[in-house]
Amino acid sequence: MTANPGVQRVRWMEGGGPAADLVLSSRIRLARNLEDYPFPTLLGPEQGQEIISLLEGVIEPLSAAGFGRFTLLRMADLSPLERRVLVEQHLISPQHARNAATGAVILNEDRSVSIMVNEEDHLRIQCLLGGLQLHEAWAIATRVDDVIEAHVRYAFDEERGYLTTCPTNLGTGIRASVMVHLPGLVLARQAGRFLSQLGKVGVVVRGLYGEGTEALGNVFQVSNQITLGPSEEELIDNLIGFTRQLLDQERSTRERLYRENEDGIKDRVMRAYGLLTNAWSMSSEEAIRLLSDLRLGIDLNILSHVRPEVFGELIVLTRPACLQQLAGKELDARERDLRRARLIRERIAASLRKTTQ
Amino acid sequence: MLCDECGQRKATVHLTQIVNGKKTERHLCAHCAQRHEHEFFFEPQFSIHNLLAGLLEGWQPPAGAVQDLRCSRCGLRYREFARTGLLGCSYCYEDFRHQLEPVLRRIQGQVRHTGKVPSHAGARVQLGRQLEQLRARLREAVAREEYEEAARLRDQIRQLEARVRGGDGRAGGAGAGAAPGR
Repeated sequence: MTANPGVQRVRWMEGGGPAADLVLSSRIRLARNLEDYPFPTLLGPEQGQEIISLLEGVIEPLSAAGFGRFTLLRMADLSPLERRVLVEQHLISPQHARNAATGAVILNEDRSVSIMVNEEDHLRIQCLLGGLQLHEAWAIATRVDDVIEAHVRYAFDEERGYLTTCPTNLGTGIRASVMVHLPGLVLARQAGRFLSQLGKVGVVVRGLYGEGTEALGNVFQVSNQITLGPSEEELIDNLIGFTRQLLDQERSTRERLYRENEDGIKDRVMRAYGLLTNAWSMSSEEAIRLLSDLRLGIDLNILSHVRPEVFGELIVLTRPACLQQLAGKELDARERDLRRARLIRERIAASLRKTTQ
Repeated sequence: MLCDECGQRKATVHLTQIVNGKKTERHLCAHCAQRHEHEFFFEPQFSIHNLLAGLLEGWQPPAGAVQDLRCSRCGLRYREFARTGLLGCSYCYEDFRHQLEPVLRRIQGQVRHTGKVPSHAGARVQLGRQLEQLRARLREAVAREEYEEAARLRDQIRQLEARVRGGDGRAGGAGAGAAPGR
């Protein structure tokens, strides 16, 4: 891969889209399998290569579908670092990065579409956009699905729908998810209470690692739980409905917290800003925690001169592999902490709005 | 608290997952967590297997003979599926049909697909769904003793059935009017 992901455009990381203040990204993933092959669980290396060759035939028609040029990359041809960068950019799964024998990925230019080949299913068609844009992402994913389907025969059953390796994806094969930033609910200790009531609405929320329900960076992933029964649109509408409620809760909680403790919140935000713009060494854990505070400050207009997109960009670019890709070399933990602090200082400085003084 | 994985160092990374209102926690030391970092952090898709395992909790896998059931096409044993949550090929859904039914009810709630249909299967599936609706209306008409309406529906059903067979490229059997049982 010649492209440098530091320079490589990744559309969702640019932010934008509806509700972009709270929703970092929206993703639609469709699981599909080919009728004539065993699922990847039992797929031999030769059969895996056959499937990849078969899919090389869809690159041209995909590129003509209006979503930019597509390229196919074999895991075996990528360095471990390049694979980890794709993981950090949410374009492939960690398991897929390890599958050098039969793994491949098909990407378009702005990385809004990524198709994993021979992951848990033969095809995992993903569309990733910034903000709350699930219907838009579905429109792209289903179009990509149609183009591929004109060239291969999917394993499909009238009653059970698209047949998937794991029955948790059976039927539509769809997993719709949004990545949301919920510092208000976490700060007010409401996140746990709110999130634990979710099973009933067919939605799963996962906090990323942190203590209790406190996700690191206060970033949560919300997705549909079931895939069989309702149609794709119904599942997406259900998730959007739930997400809107969650966003309303977050907004009103932030307002209340700010009203009740304006000085406390301002202090927290300005301390984060001070550290992010001055620290000389920073762990990734500290960085994401402070970046979340920074973003909250931007949203509350405490830091109105910092561009909000810097949050989505930096929480990915400060991950170990992206950092090393940017540096153009392997870095040990100490070097990464130094680089990370420098990158954050530089990017925040570059993101300041020009003010007329 | 010691690390769940090595049991030696102090756990400093705490992972909490809430699935279906059910909370699971893992506590790891920084060293072990680093190895799992990519799994925990911004995993592009959440771990389906843990999800399945969580949903199947309390569900007892059938014992004995069922465990040795094999898929006639790929050879996967049911025992393997019960362990990993992963099937071997599209035929497994047929060969393990009876075993999968309760699993599907538990994890999906419903067992009938109503979403997108690939175009190669499209026409046939649409006809199938239409047929199903007509048969339901026929049953209702008969129950209401509306025999004229019932006769009209029966003719429509026969026509559609002929089209389904034609589209399938298979010759229709004897007794063309008999609805295939499901």
